[in-house]
Amino acid sequence: MPAYDGVEVGTALPARTFGLQRADLVRYCGASGDFNVIHWNERIATAVGLPDVIAHGMLTMAVAARIVTDWTGDPGALQSYRVRFSRPVVVPDDDTGAQLEVSGVVEDKLDGGRVVVGLTATVGGSKVLAGSRAVVRLP
Amino acid sequence: MPVNREFIGREFPAPAAYEVGREHIRRFADAIDDPHPAYRDPAAARALGHPDVIAPPTFLTVLNFRFAADGPVADPALGLDYAMVVHGEQSFELHRPVVAGDVLTSVQRVDDIRDVGRNELISTVIEVTDAGGAAVATLRGTIVSRGTAAPRSSSQA
Repeated sequence: MPAYDGVEVGTALPARTFGLQRADLVRYCGASGDFNVIHWNERIATAVGLPDVIAHGMLTMAVAARIVTDWTGDPGALQSYRVRFSRPVVVPDDDTGAQLEVSGVVEDKLDGGRVVVGLTATVGGSKVLAGSRAVVRLP
Repeated sequence: MPVNREFIGREFPAPAAYEVGREHIRRFADAIDDPHPAYRDPAAARALGHPDVIAPPTFLTVLNFRFAADGPVADPALGLDYAMVVHGEQSFELHRPVVAGDVLTSVQRVDDIRDVGRNELISTVIEVTDAGGAAVATLRGTIVSRGTAAPRSSSQA
């Protein structure tokens, strides 16, 4: 785990790209209990005005957290986490799906060994999360 | 059709405790494709100082769905068409990690329902406590009901 004293405002976390395919959405439906049809039924998703099936916002949020929890090493170090879903993550029915690019940077150092990480998540160059912040406690 | 504003301020206690199981944590971690051993292996979690396997930070979202039948979203009186719903915002304040074996009590409260253009935003908060009565987490979420706001007359616009 990175040490609080070794982290500075501006420190970048290792960025990563995550693939999201239709099968991932179905698995997340089952694990979370969120079976909203817009996450698995293209016919209804398009009928209600969406471009296609979209990923659960909570799946995007969970995947984006990975770069923070992988960085700290202990996922239990994450104390708070918030996001705004600025644009839906459209997941086409193909072998590629959506590619979620996530990066993060330390934006602030707080007392108690806590640091604020700002996250950026994009698909095809468009931001899908806005105002995304995580607070983690470092040793 | 607009969402029923009479729900603002109402509280919806979960009708039962939620028992956090190792296997559900594993399944949730599989679904977010996160291989971290602290979600699966009690020894790995203990090596990090946790009493048992811990849940991923967003795990408690399952409370929304486990107790959906007793919450506001599924109440026909709210008048929400779930297919028109997308997630707007979400936050988690975790006072400690959720651990396998936790027996959690939760209460959901509707904080606000408001128009933003033709959409309606429904904000709720879920307070989660453990069997000892200690606060575990606070979840704040805003869902968007797309296109259901009442049309505005020109004098109100």
